[in-house]
Amino acid sequence: MFVYIARRIVYVIPVVISVALVCFLLVHITPGDPLVAILPADASQELAAQLRIAYGFDRPLPVQFGLWLWRALHGDLGASIATGRPVLAEVLRAVGNTVTLAIAAALIGFTLGLLFGLISGYFRDTWIDKVSTSIAIAGVSVPHYWLGMVLVIIFSVQLNWLPAVGAGPGGSGSWAWDWDHIKYLVLPAITTSVIPMGIITRTVRALTGDILSQDFVEALRAKGLREKSVFRHVIKNAAPTALAVMGLQLGYMLGGSILIETVFSWPGSGLLLNSAIFQRDLPLLQGTILVLALFFVFLNLLVDIAQAAIDPRIKRN
Amino acid sequence: MRIEKPTKSRLAMAIAMLSVATALTLPQAARAETVLRIGMTAADIPRTLGQPDQGFEGNRFTGNTMYDGLTMWDLSSATKASVVIPGLATEWKVDDADKKKWTFKLRPGVVFHDGSPFNADAVVWNVEKVLKQDAVQFDASQVGVTASRMPTLVSAKKIDDMTVELTTKEPDSFLPINLTNLYMVSPSKWQGFFDKAEGADAKAKSQAAWTAFAREPAGTGPWKMSKFTPRERLELAKNDAYWNKDRIPKVDKMLLLPMPEANARTAALLSGQVDWIEAPAPDAVKEITARGFKIEKNEQPHVWPWQFSRVEGSPWNDIRVRKAANLCIDREGLRDGLLAGLMVPATGTFEPGHPWRGKPTFQIKYDLKAAQALMKEAGYGPTKKLEVKTQTSASGSGQMLPLPMNEYLQQALAECYFDVKLDVIEWNTLFTNWRRGVKDPSANGSNATNVTYAAMDPFFALVRFLQSSMAPPVSNNWGYINNPKFDELVTKARTTFDPAARDEALAELNAASIDDAAFLYVAHDVGPRALSPKIKGFVQPKSWFVDFSPVSMTP
Repeated sequence: MFVYIARRIVYVIPVVISVALVCFLLVHITPGDPLVAILPADASQELAAQLRIAYGFDRPLPVQFGLWLWRALHGDLGASIATGRPVLAEVLRAVGNTVTLAIAAALIGFTLGLLFGLISGYFRDTWIDKVSTSIAIAGVSVPHYWLGMVLVIIFSVQLNWLPAVGAGPGGSGSWAWDWDHIKYLVLPAITTSVIPMGIITRTVRALTGDILSQDFVEALRAKGLREKSVFRHVIKNAAPTALAVMGLQLGYMLGGSILIETVFSWPGSGLLLNSAIFQRDLPLLQGTILVLALFFVFLNLLVDIAQAAIDPRIKRN
Repeated sequence: MRIEKPTKSRLAMAIAMLSVATALTLPQAARAETVLRIGMTAADIPRTLGQPDQGFEGNRFTGNTMYDGLTMWDLSSATKASVVIPGLATEWKVDDADKKKWTFKLRPGVVFHDGSPFNADAVVWNVEKVLKQDAVQFDASQVGVTASRMPTLVSAKKIDDMTVELTTKEPDSFLPINLTNLYMVSPSKWQGFFDKAEGADAKAKSQAAWTAFAREPAGTGPWKMSKFTPRERLELAKNDAYWNKDRIPKVDKMLLLPMPEANARTAALLSGQVDWIEAPAPDAVKEITARGFKIEKNEQPHVWPWQFSRVEGSPWNDIRVRKAANLCIDREGLRDGLLAGLMVPATGTFEPGHPWRGKPTFQIKYDLKAAQALMKEAGYGPTKKLEVKTQTSASGSGQMLPLPMNEYLQQALAECYFDVKLDVIEWNTLFTNWRRGVKDPSANGSNATNVTYAAMDPFFALVRFLQSSMAPPVSNNWGYINNPKFDELVTKARTTFDPAARDEALAELNAASIDDAAFLYVAHDVGPRALSPKIKGFVQPKSWFVDFSPVSMTP
């Protein structure tokens, strides 16, 4: 197991460097001036040149990349051009808010997805299966930002039950797990959860159906095992694949959704990215993408390790 | 000992006395705190360190609230054009012998929020924070949004505690208008942060000091920062010690919340989470008013134009074509249909009633027959269309609804034998290309560009587009307009220092640009905002800015 983990970690290193290079280049090859956030179109040439030098944009791209990577390795992602605040602090605060949202959405989405998936798998081609599958397909198909708006219109504007926007009565800085704060989380979490719920339902349904049709299940039943014990075996066999899908979905959610966070003014990484893109704030954009990519890479690593721990065949292969 | 039962009258007397005594000994019940909650269009709180980012929305919310300039805008009237009035300077005059030198007399008795005095040293310090590169407080991140808005100012010198001398690189009568953009922050507060800052060198310490100052700023404005969560909320408290007693805010606190999505802002307003939203979605206006909220709007110094290419071979070089395009647009139809009333038809950069309007002879209006006749005269017709191409964006600050609006123009101009092609690019790219000009490959064969502009200041409204020396890469004369008459009028306006005569020269320049159909003038934004019926005393001036001080709230 130790060798397996070490090998997986070694594989991560080139991925991380590639991610850093790609996200650096991506924001540099897009057209437009990197100083547009602080340099009005009517600024003089002298002023523009002066600011380019001050921000280091006059240097060759490889030099800029080298300096950026060196500082990033030391935990310094620079300062936002638009606000002057340290990028790392901005990103970590936003990621914290996205994690809160992702945890709530995962609780809802994974619970419902597993429930519907197992029910559908066990009761294939019955009306229960049809209802569950329809819900799953709707979850995957409905544009989630549109669903978010609909939920806001119903529960905030019409019924006045839940807040429409924001991350708590005093902002995310005063977050607490009580109803006064949680009510701000309900609508964005439900909206975020529909896609993972749909995907997990369909995955688990397919897995359950497949496992139930295998010979070993027949053999277990023939041996007189109670259905509860058979169910445990089904779960054990479905777990690695289901876990991989959940890990992937959690990764997506931790990346934050630009659309959902914008619709609900939820101050997470999605809204931060939105702001960085529109202001063309390169250090912030690079830093945010890098942190989210690393998040994703390490989450995949954890899922791989967890899968190997659950299923010895993976380790052997 | 026998205790007598108290009589009813004695009992009543005792209760009354007890009540009075209790009322006198208990503290007065606190008056409920009034908080005005505003949903902004910005995705982040504009910078709080004195020179805001995010364009004029930044100035509106974190500039004019916490800070003052030497000069400021009069925002008290909804009917008159907003003009420059004394701010932290009470009077100013240009030197008779050297028109590049100005003397500003400062307002006595003004203190910053931290209690330190406002004086000539503070003015010099604030000028140098953006103009003097070797000053310890110089901050490159504030230079772009400040120096570009006062392009001729070069230095400041203290004459005495209450007098400063400002120097420009050339005679420039626009300086007092430009100075509305230079906000005065407390040097002593900043110095306190600098002294405590850690850093490898003075530059690093200076940056750390500005970062700290942004979290705990001190200006002289009617509002003081009380709480700040970056990207989420900014709470401002009224400044009871503000130097202008008439402008001490009526509400106790103002809460600013970034809400970049128009539907989210609308939902927040309708569900009672905020009392005021900026720029409601046009299609939500009916719903908002039906629920008792007020839509406030007024003509803004903003222009939604097509800026024409005037390089050799451009189809817009023919004045008949330029005039035809201006006569071919049903602006009222655009206003009442697509924009749900949220625009003012543009008949030039400035409208009648503005001191810089002038008396143009060419009347911009919808006159299809006249437009078609001009086009026929220029050699075009139903079988020979004039192909033009305009670069625009799908979104952007001040761009209103660029795509639907351009499609409307495309359809309207088709009736006047134009074949309009649109080159839609990302907003920041369009904005960057604007500076590069029509000769740059980034123009992609376009012969017009659609970038909206603010028209609060003569340089930004007229000079940078009309003066030939402002052609790229110097400034925003994107189409290389080269008209000696414009150049002459710009010089005249810049070197006329009597305010009334200067305004007259600017009016002459504006009228000349309309007579030349220099742009396709389409719309002025109206800065719409939706307010809760609880809000009283609000005045929507003809400006990008508003004064929050007179706003009160009923329970």
